[in-house]
Amino acid sequence: MTNLDPITLTVIQSGLQQVCNEMDLSFVRSAFSPVISEALDRSDGIYAKEDGELISQGELGLPVFVGTMQFGTRCVIERAKDLHPGDVFIVNDPYLGGTHLMDVRFVKPFFYEGELFAWLANTGHWPDTGGAVPGGFSANATEVEQEGLRLPPVKLYKAGVMDEEILSIVLSNIRIADQRIGDIKAQAAALTVGEKRFTELIDRYGSDTVEGSIKELKKRSALQMRTKIKQIPDGLYHGEGFVDSDGVVNEPLRIEMKIRKEGTELYFDMSGSSPPCLGPMNSVIATTKSSVYLAIKHIFPEVPINAGTFEPLHIKDPEGTFLYAKYPRPVSGCAAEVSQRIAEAVFGALVKAIPDQLFAAPAGTSGNLCIGGFDPKRDRNYVMYVISGGGYGGNSSSDGLSNGCSTIGISKTTPVEVMEQYYPVLFEEYSLHEGSGGAGKQRGGFGVNYKIKLRRGNAKVSMVMDHGRFGPQGVLGGKDGGVNRVRIERHGETYIPPHLSKDQNVIVKEGDTIRVSTPGGGGYENPFLRNPELVKHDVQRGYYTTQQVKENFGVVLNFKGEIDEKATQKLRNEQ
Amino acid sequence: MTQIVGVDVGGTFTDLVLFDAFEASVKIAKVLSTPENQAFGVMKALESAEATMKPIDTVIHGTTVTTNALLERKISRVGLITTQGFRDVLELGRRTRPKPYGMTGSFECIIPRELRLEVRERIDCDGEIVETLNEADVRQAVEQLLKSGVEAVIIHFLHSYKNDLHERMAEEIVQDLWPNRFITRGSALVSEYREYERGTTAAINAAIQPVLNHYIERLQQNLKEEGYSKDLLVMQGNGGTVSSNIVSKDAVKTVMSGPASGVMAAAYTASQSGFNRVVTYDMGGTSCDVGLIVNGIPQVTSELEIEYAMPIHVPMVDVHTIGAGGGSLSWVNEAGLLQVGPESAGAQPGPICYGRGGSKPTITDANLVLGRLNPATLLSVDNPVSIETVRNHLIEQVGVMLGLKDAEETASAIVRVANMNMAGALRLVSLARGYDPRDFTLFAFGGAGPLHAVALARELGIPKVLVPMRPGITNAVGCVVADVRHDYVNSINMPLAQADMDQVYEIFSTQILAGKKIIETEGVEIDELFFIHDVDMQFQGQTHILNFPVKETRVTQESLQSEFEKAYWNRFGVELPEILAVLVNLHTAVIGRRKPVPLKSLMSAEEQKNKIEECIIGNRRVWFETGWENTSIYKREKFPGQAKFNGPAIIEQLDTTIIVEPNNQVEVDLNGNLIISL
Repeated sequence: MTNLDPITLTVIQSGLQQVCNEMDLSFVRSAFSPVISEALDRSDGIYAKEDGELISQGELGLPVFVGTMQFGTRCVIERAKDLHPGDVFIVNDPYLGGTHLMDVRFVKPFFYEGELFAWLANTGHWPDTGGAVPGGFSANATEVEQEGLRLPPVKLYKAGVMDEEILSIVLSNIRIADQRIGDIKAQAAALTVGEKRFTELIDRYGSDTVEGSIKELKKRSALQMRTKIKQIPDGLYHGEGFVDSDGVVNEPLRIEMKIRKEGTELYFDMSGSSPPCLGPMNSVIATTKSSVYLAIKHIFPEVPINAGTFEPLHIKDPEGTFLYAKYPRPVSGCAAEVSQRIAEAVFGALVKAIPDQLFAAPAGTSGNLCIGGFDPKRDRNYVMYVISGGGYGGNSSSDGLSNGCSTIGISKTTPVEVMEQYYPVLFEEYSLHEGSGGAGKQRGGFGVNYKIKLRRGNAKVSMVMDHGRFGPQGVLGGKDGGVNRVRIERHGETYIPPHLSKDQNVIVKEGDTIRVSTPGGGGYENPFLRNPELVKHDVQRGYYTTQQVKENFGVVLNFKGEIDEKATQKLRNEQ
Repeated sequence: MTQIVGVDVGGTFTDLVLFDAFEASVKIAKVLSTPENQAFGVMKALESAEATMKPIDTVIHGTTVTTNALLERKISRVGLITTQGFRDVLELGRRTRPKPYGMTGSFECIIPRELRLEVRERIDCDGEIVETLNEADVRQAVEQLLKSGVEAVIIHFLHSYKNDLHERMAEEIVQDLWPNRFITRGSALVSEYREYERGTTAAINAAIQPVLNHYIERLQQNLKEEGYSKDLLVMQGNGGTVSSNIVSKDAVKTVMSGPASGVMAAAYTASQSGFNRVVTYDMGGTSCDVGLIVNGIPQVTSELEIEYAMPIHVPMVDVHTIGAGGGSLSWVNEAGLLQVGPESAGAQPGPICYGRGGSKPTITDANLVLGRLNPATLLSVDNPVSIETVRNHLIEQVGVMLGLKDAEETASAIVRVANMNMAGALRLVSLARGYDPRDFTLFAFGGAGPLHAVALARELGIPKVLVPMRPGITNAVGCVVADVRHDYVNSINMPLAQADMDQVYEIFSTQILAGKKIIETEGVEIDELFFIHDVDMQFQGQTHILNFPVKETRVTQESLQSEFEKAYWNRFGVELPEILAVLVNLHTAVIGRRKPVPLKSLMSAEEQKNKIEECIIGNRRVWFETGWENTSIYKREKFPGQAKFNGPAIIEQLDTTIIVEPNNQVEVDLNGNLIISL
């Protein structure tokens, strides 16, 4: 290998990144599903020809996909036969290196000068893939068949030509099928863009140099990750996370996270976690591993993502737990919810080791809520999705952000003015969830309250959220953030879902309302150490009441809202 | 017209250019900016150019007063009156975080929560009144805000883009109880849906209105004292100008006007030389700004985010900032890979070679070591640093870790990586806007732009680079050549097949009329008045829109359908006959072109030589990607009116250095621009 100087390496690293970014860009701009085009729930990458190992992935892909796509691509490689340029496989089987059924993957062999050189793949979240509930988030499915259409890897395009028969099977099994053809073409076109750009890159630098660089870059990323890990003191760190319930059995599920740091390696053991559950809160192994990867990436954001990045992270298969779901366990909650709880368990363990680089738990729920019904005025069926953010945890230097995006996502919410245009609803409120930020020296950020009134017709409400029973964890003496609350006023009665923030097909009528209050972030360090001026300021802004700050922060304010120094000192000393 | 003055206030310098049409001459001044009161710098520049006020017809001013106020949060105290249940919209945003990875960050709403008040009222998405405005609530809110000492108020109600009745009623009440100039109605500024973006735009407007107003009044006063009382025009972010008498009303439109005037100058200069598809590339100390010009018109966007969670949704020249400038730092990361930027040494401590205490290698230091910059003429040197010091830092901090043998090799690595990064970013910027950079000419300006332009063009397959006569005062030139411009938009948002084409015609016509009217009231002398229409379309069910121009005010469904399909195919390579096309928005820009300015006069005849050979002032060893070459150094100011020569060459001029690679051809065109062909 002659040309492999460090400069060529940097140049090829950014060249590979460009190929992926251009795929991302093409996909998102031409997609139909708002989950892809607005919520950016997609990812594009390049994978190794032998085993699907990650070579490079787009920087603006959805974080939860950082680790899953290489497993998914490997599963396709193991099954693929008779490959030709222009072939594109479609697959969404969760047990074959996937997430939930809605994440549909396209995988394409990439040929250079007639030889298989690598694989290009992308994932996009389709708004529907069939199943019991529009949108796919069934809160009480007990087997995967109820969650939707499951596709093994099949060639949707054969040598560049779409197989109309396979297409018709897909379109006959999903809702709002007429627009999916747009997503399918956008998803395939993004891979074509990647093919073209990747070919240009290899043409320019030569296949030997590119191949050599890919191998070397993997080594370098592993080295970089090991340098980061080295700063964590050797030892065993415990973290845990709780899922409220699985949607069917109303019992919490526990994630036990044991992280052992030894030299430059991290060993993750989750085998003490709860057994597989009946409802859809199981996680497939690809998602479980990816959740650990994304947690680490959140802690060390500057390390680029390729297979080498994951090399020093050793994750033991959590056999026999709900984090290693096998067919036919339902899994719709894994990518959106369980993944975030796994990440929190990682954060919770490592905050003890490197407190300055970590933070208390974020709200950690995607807040998926779906209203499906018939609008008599417009004479049509509709499915409306709402996602919501929540507070982030405090950290060593600042309070948590309010209404931050889910840990695994990067998507924005749809404006109220847009939702009211499309669906027969009126929002009565979109406000800050007061009091929800967990108390701490640096407090958590705040969640959101929103209230939707159904204006016309009947509808069914389904939701899969979490942190309704346990608020996001405070750390190092900080308090937990406020919990997620759902309250439905229907026919003059209040209905609170038995599983708190999970339910399915709750029937509502014209005039009924649904109110959701999302979690706040956890607090960081003892709240009695928070600067009283900041506490006063929080009360001024209406974030907390005078009573709340007295109890949680040990700050006494008089009727004018000024700090009562003496009483505050006394109260704080008593602690 | 006798004299026209453009004066642009930048971060470091205030630049002035004075064109005298009568004498076909030009005066130029460059003085230090005075951030505390930019008017000092402006007056100083006038003085330095030895301008007399009497013959001046127009002064056009580009200011960063509003941008700085916003970024430094030196803003006015603003109150919000909004729909009940929605006062936190501006604080909550749309559930984001600053970066995809890393669960930290913070955001401070520009209106504190206690100054955000709610009133009972509700209008729905069809513009129907659900709950009538409670006027007593408004009165109470105004009184409460007055007591809290706010300087400006915004009124922002849901769906006001559809029906602004309640906003207007509330405005009247506010005016009634508290007559003042700083009341912003959300829908008056942006009549488009999306409550967070519309509200934030309004809030920013209100927060900088008093600041801008105060500044402009002071400047007008200063100019008056010197004897100038004709109109002062102010640059806006859309690349147009507006009379200073009405500029504060839509203060938010002046944000980002600096980069916009640079792109305007590029559009004007390039069209005069026959190039109408241009990528502009302005590289300074900490970053570079990239813009696109298509058919001679700078591309405009309404979706700019000035910083994290701060969208400004008024039309602005689409300038994208890339984190690479002369001061960008280079280092070796834990993976042993060379990194360049986006961290920057800034102006303080700056590059090592500036002698202000900087000790970390930057792009500028690398250029110096490679002979691309001349140490003797480097600007801004306070305490000269020896080139040996720079070389040592490069080797010790970067070279050794990469196993490179000397400072030269290290410096060349830094320059190569920097060029690669910038080229990549530039490529994505053009692609994201639907263009292939190979169809464009690269217009390079700013202190460092011409140093890297040829290398970027080579990376991107751009055939020609244009370096204007005065790259260092491009923004001031932009002020002088900018048009008077007003933008309008109205939403249709229905399938094309159902759209009433008479209504489309009606909307376009009304937009033209509105623009004409306001240009008349401004009273600026106009040579030619024209308009540009474009439409936003999408396939039903999509959320992204595709924007493309239409030529006529009267359009048919068939022509829109086929134009849209063509544009979509060019952009994404996808055909979708299965899905209905939707007509979303109708845009009109009404543009008054001012009298042309003789750019040629930017050339000074003083030092001019007859032959290009006589412009060579020396030679030195310079590094190019193909190797080291003994290279002639030219002095730009000496260039004859027309000339042709071949690279390699280094062309030095007062405010920049231009690199011409081996095998490039250079042509000095009639307007004094350098056209470098690759």
